[in-house]
Amino acid sequence: MNMNRRAFLKTTGAGLMASAFPLSLVKIAFGGQAPAQDFTFGYISDAHLQQIQGNEFVRNWDMGLIRAVREANLLTPRPDFFMFGGDLAQLGKKEELDHGLEIMSNLRGKVHYVIGEHDYYLDLGEYWQSKIGPLWYSFDHKGVHFVTLNSILTYDSWIHKKWPSPMDRMLAMARLDNPNGSPFMVGEEQLTWLKKDLEKVNRSTPVVLFSHSPIQKIFKPWNFWTEDAERVQALLKPFEKATVIYGHVHQIEYNQIGNITFHAVMATAWPWPYPESYSQTASCLPKLTVPMNRADPFFERDATGWQFIDVRKGKVGMHYQLPDNKNRSVLFNSKAGKPQDVNYQDYGSRIPPQTHY
Amino acid sequence: MRKNRKLPGVSFVILMASVLLAISFSIQAGDFTQEDLERWDKEFMTVVMKGEKLFHSALGTNKVSCDQCHPNAANTHPETYPKFQQQIGRVVSLFEMVNWCIQNPLEGDPLPADDPKMAALLSYMTYERRGVPLAPGKH
Repeated sequence: MNMNRRAFLKTTGAGLMASAFPLSLVKIAFGGQAPAQDFTFGYISDAHLQQIQGNEFVRNWDMGLIRAVREANLLTPRPDFFMFGGDLAQLGKKEELDHGLEIMSNLRGKVHYVIGEHDYYLDLGEYWQSKIGPLWYSFDHKGVHFVTLNSILTYDSWIHKKWPSPMDRMLAMARLDNPNGSPFMVGEEQLTWLKKDLEKVNRSTPVVLFSHSPIQKIFKPWNFWTEDAERVQALLKPFEKATVIYGHVHQIEYNQIGNITFHAVMATAWPWPYPESYSQTASCLPKLTVPMNRADPFFERDATGWQFIDVRKGKVGMHYQLPDNKNRSVLFNSKAGKPQDVNYQDYGSRIPPQTHY
Repeated sequence: MRKNRKLPGVSFVILMASVLLAISFSIQAGDFTQEDLERWDKEFMTVVMKGEKLFHSALGTNKVSCDQCHPNAANTHPETYPKFQQQIGRVVSLFEMVNWCIQNPLEGDPLPADDPKMAALLSYMTYERRGVPLAPGKH
């Protein structure tokens, strides 16, 4: 499994067909419903396209998204669909969203979008909804129930306080380390909707939930956090197989809480430090996570990337596509009941760049 | 030989004169007050706050700011400098890496080492890392 990107892209099709698919041809029948089939999808996130002025955008961030789209277009067999995990724009501007959608239009295949705080806090999602679609929704695909949430809402009192301008609100939320920020949340309206949406779903049907912020509490000062995470987790608890995939953190993170498996995705724009690198405040990075390599700033795409995901028997296998680094794969180990890195999970097999301080 | 014996004598006279002069002033060099401590701390924190503002603003030409990659100046590791930076090929001080970031991701012009803005940036970065033991050379 330890192969470079080029080899991975070349052999993904053949490799999966030859080794993985035959093993999983025997399907487990889920009580009366169509069994979950095996399939793949792609995941691109956190592009942060930033307008300088007019038609000038920050080249570095543009190149991240362009590269991800180009690489994703090489995948064979084609993934069934793509997800974009939020933060297409840096400051929620129409110009930035249009620019992002133009780059994304080169991606071959259907794309579903998750909204991030950088897309939302200028006009509270108005332009996004007019160009892309609803901020939360669900769909079914090959026996798996997918849910997308808008998890970057916050207290109304913060959203509607007397800001000098909507851009001031946007800038306040865009600053990750803002001491006057406000915690992300899903909120009552979506929780009610989610409860209703999941009531229709058989408990043996695999559920995959997409959000921008982690639906688990890792580090509040940077909003690696969702205030009502436990309430969403409670709604996923009855399901035999539940997975949450989130963006926002720009780093490899994975966890298992009860029946729920968590995976974070990489950004195409820039990496973020693990919270432990801020020595003034305690943080809770999941113990299970083997960190990504420390970023080398001299390689501008280092510690960024995108993901290729396989869904086998309703569980997610995360394949991180990492320019300038060896690709990583974190697969669900059904015996251990948790996700594990295929190469680095044991402490003895970790490498020096995975030590963050 | 006589010259050599004379020199310490002259130095001794000058030294004694200096000591007498110093004693004649009411405040001695090593004698500072609580007010002094408070003032120096205030001076430092003013520069830290100036650095915090710079760290969160566009220092180059493309509107990108330091905090976009380094929230709370995390992952800047001021305690590890000076260190061998393999990409530059020699031992560098932290200000050189700050300038590297200003020139590359921020697409701007480097600051002189003694620019007050550089002192402010370094003050903020180091303050956010306070309490961490020095580890010069660490990679």
